[in-house]
Amino acid sequence: MQKLKVLVVDDEPGICSGVKRILGKFTVSYPFMDEDRGFEVFEAYTGEDAIELIKKDPPDIVLLDNKLPGIQGTEVLDYINKNHREIVVMIITSYASLELAVKATEKGAYDFIPKPFTPQELKSSMEKVTKHHFLQGMTQRLNKEGKEVRFQFLSVLSHELKSPLNAVEGYLKIMEERQAGDQISQYDQIIERALQRINGMRTLIMDLLDLTKIQSDEKEKQFEHVNLLDITKNAIETVSPYAIQKDVELNLHAEEDITFYGDPNDMEIVLNNLISNAVKYNYKEGKVDVNLEKDIDQITIKVSDTGIGMKQEETSKLFNEFVRIKNEKTRNITGSGLGLSIVKKVINLYNGDIQIDSTPGKGSTFTVILPLNNQ
Amino acid sequence: MNTNKKILVADDDVDYLFQIKLHLQNMGYEVLTVESQKEAEEVLENTKPDLAIYDLMMETEDSGFILSYKTKQKYPDVPVVIATAVASETGISFGLDTKDEKRWIKADLYLEKDIRKEQLEKEIKKLLD
Ligand SMILES: Nc1ncnc2c1ncn2[C@@H]1O[C@H](COP(=O)(O)OP(=O)(O)O)[C@@H](O)[C@H]1O
Repeated sequence: MQKLKVLVVDDEPGICSGVKRILGKFTVSYPFMDEDRGFEVFEAYTGEDAIELIKKDPPDIVLLDNKLPGIQGTEVLDYINKNHREIVVMIITSYASLELAVKATEKGAYDFIPKPFTPQELKSSMEKVTKHHFLQGMTQRLNKEGKEVRFQFLSVLSHELKSPLNAVEGYLKIMEERQAGDQISQYDQIIERALQRINGMRTLIMDLLDLTKIQSDEKEKQFEHVNLLDITKNAIETVSPYAIQKDVELNLHAEEDITFYGDPNDMEIVLNNLISNAVKYNYKEGKVDVNLEKDIDQITIKVSDTGIGMKQEETSKLFNEFVRIKNEKTRNITGSGLGLSIVKKVINLYNGDIQIDSTPGKGSTFTVILPLNNQ
Repeated sequence: MNTNKKILVADDDVDYLFQIKLHLQNMGYEVLTVESQKEAEEVLENTKPDLAIYDLMMETEDSGFILSYKTKQKYPDVPVVIATAVASETGISFGLDTKDEKRWIKADLYLEKDIRKEQLEKEIKKLLD
């Protein structure tokens, strides 16, 4: 059980000990919280003492009396607002000063409880406060994580976009200054590299478009009965010029009717990426087998290749954005490192699963499972 | 000219490596290029360069920082330059402005990769003198 620290600020000792007694054995549980919350109660009789205590060891919750002997409750509230916004403040007030309490909530106190209160009234107030405290912590965490993820994504994206620009610009400058001589043929290799980098950039832009497409609203998705066989045939056709060039053989094994209720764009993304990778990371004269299978409760898509494969520890990272395996064999293959991260996102949208089985130098099999339960 | 001064360059972008090697050689330096943090560490084991230029993002997003730190540990007097294509518009500021940053990043200079080669030459000369 997690204990929330509650500081009671009231000049009436009776209130403090009352709160202690009532909350001592009280716990709050909500289905969305992983564990119950209990309370540990501290007390302060003046606003000055309260601020000292908060400074030393900030509590989670403050129950604050309006009328205090020295500085007023509102000043303590101001201090908390300024320095510890995460603390949830509840005002304790007599009915006579209800107006002040309302003002306090306008100034950032979460709620107020009129005194004298019954144990039941205090408990239900604490339930509300606890829920608020939990949700507040949740949103803060999410915001923070969201920000960091975005920040990382942008910096890596900027890196991926600028690197090819810098490379091409650098080559053009070398040509401008005739650094390799006056014959154009002396620049063949440089031109070839520059063209390759431009190609890589184009791929990156296409992948980014895919990424924004799948991140668009659920509502914008065009759900329909998609014939996966057609989509697979199209994907094979799209890569076949490249496959012919590399002398890679493409085979499709499937039953006639493999329909899936989903967005055809999403299905294209999955099949295009897996099949083009299987060709791209294959050896010359290699083979690619695409298997489609429909059972009662799921569709299985299997793309196997006889390509360069990868190590076990490398497979786990591949679904992260911008991850590419760097070694001798992948050196001259361009890519954005986005493809598989996009594929994974799409599959997650459909509560599916993707697995890699790979042996370095032998080949890889990517297996996608799409459940049919809500079809 | 600065003959015999050895510069180690680590970058996973082969095109950048090719280009900077060409420029540095034209300036009269001996250039050693590697494509990863790992290879750079191997080279540092038994070679002391006169200057090192590290890309920031290689195997990990802070490979350059790690290499820089390791270089300074082994050879405190070797100047280290961190080169990156990441611009400040992404919100990262790797400028070595505060003492704190200098202490943990431990590089002597931070360079945008698209700087002109005349500028590059000037900065390197400054560090080597
Ligand atoms: N069929 C495959 N065989 C071997 N390696 C693969 C295969 N598919 C993907 N990979 C590895 O996974 C990495 C990430 O793939 P992906 O996200 O599609 O990006 P990209 O192909 O643009 O680099 C690739 O760089 C490659 O190293």
